[in-house]
Amino acid sequence: MTMARAEKTYGTMTTASYAVMASLIAGAILALIVAAKAADTPMAIHASLFLLAFVAGVFTLISRHFNALEHRPGADDGLGYNDNVVKAGVIATLFWGVAGMLAGLYIASELAFPALNFDFAYINFGRLRPVHTSGVIFAFGGNALIATSFYVVQRTCRARLAGEIAPWFVFWGYQLFLVVAVTGYLMGVTQSREYAEPEWYTDIWLTIVWVVYLLVFLGTLMKRREPHIYVANWFYLAFIVTIALLHITNNLAVPETWVSSKSYSVFSGVQDALIQWWYGHNAVGFFLTAGFLGMMYYFVPKRANRPVYSYRLSIIHFWSLIFIYIWAGPHHLHYTALPDWAQTLGMTFSIMLWMPSWGGMINGLMTLSGAWDKLRTDPVLRILVVSLAFYGMSTFEGPVMSVKAVNSLSHYTDWTIGHVHSGAMGWVGFVTFGAVYCLVPWLWKRERLYSMALVSWHFWIATMGIVLYITSMWVSGILQGLMWRAYDSQGFLEYSFVETVAAMHPFYIIRAAGGLLYLTGTLIMVYNCWRTIRGDVRAGEPIIPDANPSIVSGPLAAQPAE
Amino acid sequence: MSDHPIKDDVSGVDTTGHEWDGIRELNNPLPKWWIYTFYACIAWAAVYWVVMPAWPYFWDGAWHHTKGVIGYTQRNEVGNELKLVAAGRAEVMKQIAAMPLQDIVKNDNLMEVALAGGKAAFGDNCAPCHGSGAQGSKGFPNLNDDDWLWGGTLSDIETTVTHGIRWETDADTRENMMPRFLDDSILKSDEVNDVAEYVLSLSGHSTDAAAAGRGGAVFAKNCVACHGADGKGNQKLGAPNLTDQIWLYGGDKATVVETISHGRGGVMPAWGGRLAPATIKELVLYVHSLGGGQ
Repeated sequence: MTMARAEKTYGTMTTASYAVMASLIAGAILALIVAAKAADTPMAIHASLFLLAFVAGVFTLISRHFNALEHRPGADDGLGYNDNVVKAGVIATLFWGVAGMLAGLYIASELAFPALNFDFAYINFGRLRPVHTSGVIFAFGGNALIATSFYVVQRTCRARLAGEIAPWFVFWGYQLFLVVAVTGYLMGVTQSREYAEPEWYTDIWLTIVWVVYLLVFLGTLMKRREPHIYVANWFYLAFIVTIALLHITNNLAVPETWVSSKSYSVFSGVQDALIQWWYGHNAVGFFLTAGFLGMMYYFVPKRANRPVYSYRLSIIHFWSLIFIYIWAGPHHLHYTALPDWAQTLGMTFSIMLWMPSWGGMINGLMTLSGAWDKLRTDPVLRILVVSLAFYGMSTFEGPVMSVKAVNSLSHYTDWTIGHVHSGAMGWVGFVTFGAVYCLVPWLWKRERLYSMALVSWHFWIATMGIVLYITSMWVSGILQGLMWRAYDSQGFLEYSFVETVAAMHPFYIIRAAGGLLYLTGTLIMVYNCWRTIRGDVRAGEPIIPDANPSIVSGPLAAQPAE
Repeated sequence: MSDHPIKDDVSGVDTTGHEWDGIRELNNPLPKWWIYTFYACIAWAAVYWVVMPAWPYFWDGAWHHTKGVIGYTQRNEVGNELKLVAAGRAEVMKQIAAMPLQDIVKNDNLMEVALAGGKAAFGDNCAPCHGSGAQGSKGFPNLNDDDWLWGGTLSDIETTVTHGIRWETDADTRENMMPRFLDDSILKSDEVNDVAEYVLSLSGHSTDAAAAGRGGAVFAKNCVACHGADGKGNQKLGAPNLTDQIWLYGGDKATVVETISHGRGGVMPAWGGRLAPATIKELVLYVHSLGGGQ
């Protein structure tokens, strides 16, 4: 820039913002052309959505510029931590959590009572199921990961988030991805790849958003004013990098035409299946395990106000976890056309993965030594500790189920559904609830949560829900597996498939009841957070030092001149 | 911040000296049980790789993989299991395949296997439409009663199972057509109403004697060719008996009017060529045994 501004005002247009605006305008024009030439209705709707979003982005940049010129008191001056984007992420986490769990409850009810699909294509099980899985994994979990990683990386690097517009682009770009994905499922747009259902254009958009996310995270790490990188950030970084690799590889596809919502995978047959489960298993490994371990490594020691148990354990279990996890995918394809040798490797690496997974649980739980008494008084810490217990349980169950002899019984049954839910509800859900209960008072500068009693209610109701869910699925899964393999004395199958379906009915009702309890707990949390943000404190509750000044991070020290 | 370890008062263990946002790390060693269990898992995996097919390698211009010392392959294993089952049943299945149905019925040993096999085959192939208890549902006949559309003898059932009903790709499929009396303007709607009342009167369900009386003439002109003058149907043509209390689509007035107006044409697949001849025989014997076989 040849003309240095006399008074640089944070938030006004810069060269970078003009570049972003130009990209948004170019994107809007492309979206307009695609919408006009679209080969099918979903593509026309989605292109219009992109068009709206890009135009909204342009207007946001313009209004941001004029707002900044007004010098509003209390506005973001670009100097302290960038917490506004984290606040937005926490609210998005709560919103998508309720939406995703509600979809889950509905499809669980459809399985128990199929008439609930009302012969209405948009809400049949096949379309709502990815709404649920993407809703809780990518929308609820993903927003929680983005929000907490933005919070944690700033605090543990003592540096403001890199980029001015980039973090907001990541946040809104990710919401756009979610809306396009979910509306696509409802219209029947799907690649039919589990946990990778969105079609090619949605995948390209997510790739752009994700690369910017990586750059924001790396940029912040590079600006850090700490000599070392904290373990939570290793896990977050492994999560971001590996998800990019998995996402791009598994979604390599050729669109029918550039204005069609349908594409075909470049892989075929068993190679396609293996790529899909290499992706699918590592979505669990790097999204739902590594990412949330990053969250755990910040919020557990912070909340317990205790040092992390073992630095050495964190190093060894980090590297062994990420090295071994990436091999374990073939255990999803036992007894299929996948060659024997690949099944062997998938199974043995899953067994070797047991201790590396447990390293995170041990480090988390042992961090509480010297602070176990806090579990009596702090329900937030209780939620975090129970999340670790469920983490330990499901990362033991996983290797057990990967053993071929066990898998021959468990595969394709509800046992698998129970297993993923003990991980998803118990570990991912609970560690996120714990982080949200920490973050809301910290971010909105409240002395404490609105009500600790409500946190306790949430804890117990959700725990009951998980117990109902996973025990019903264990019983139903094992029953199902045994019925499928039962032979009569003549060597004929004892039960027809429809009989095994009928036998599942009572367990499907119990499962739906468990889901209802879990969703109820989440609604209690949303209410509690809303009242906390409003600044309310529930009368008559004993003071619990959840906002102990010693745990709350101080403000970012003034930046030295650069 | 500082790189100097400090002693943690609670555990008495030194920290590493690192600190981030108030979080420190203790310099604890790896838990012994953890590292030994990890080693044990690795050792177990190594043994498994020796025993079972495991590592791929490139040699002499092609991909190979280590075969494992016990020579296991999944394909052989399932092949052997299937052979074992087939061998156990081979003699009986051969007899079932060779013997006429009428003779199998008299042979208790063969019937035991045939009924078990028929039940299994029924559950996998027929239950989705006919119900797991063969109880049927609207449009799909109950197979437990003695009312048969196309005949209930062993050979009638065999023909139906083998060739299906209105199954386009089978030249010998059972074929008939209930006309669409209203849609094709063969009857006017008041005539449809009258003949419906007449049909209901055959099983004593008419509520409008005058209409039923008028319907008798319509019936005689349009329906008797298939359903017979007495309305008792004709199994050769697959025309149902209208005088009993059993209805394939429903015996209420509205449904009968619907049937006469728009016709019916339910489809059953031809199982010949899809199931082994012996399995079809087992199915026939099973269905025949359900209660109504003639």
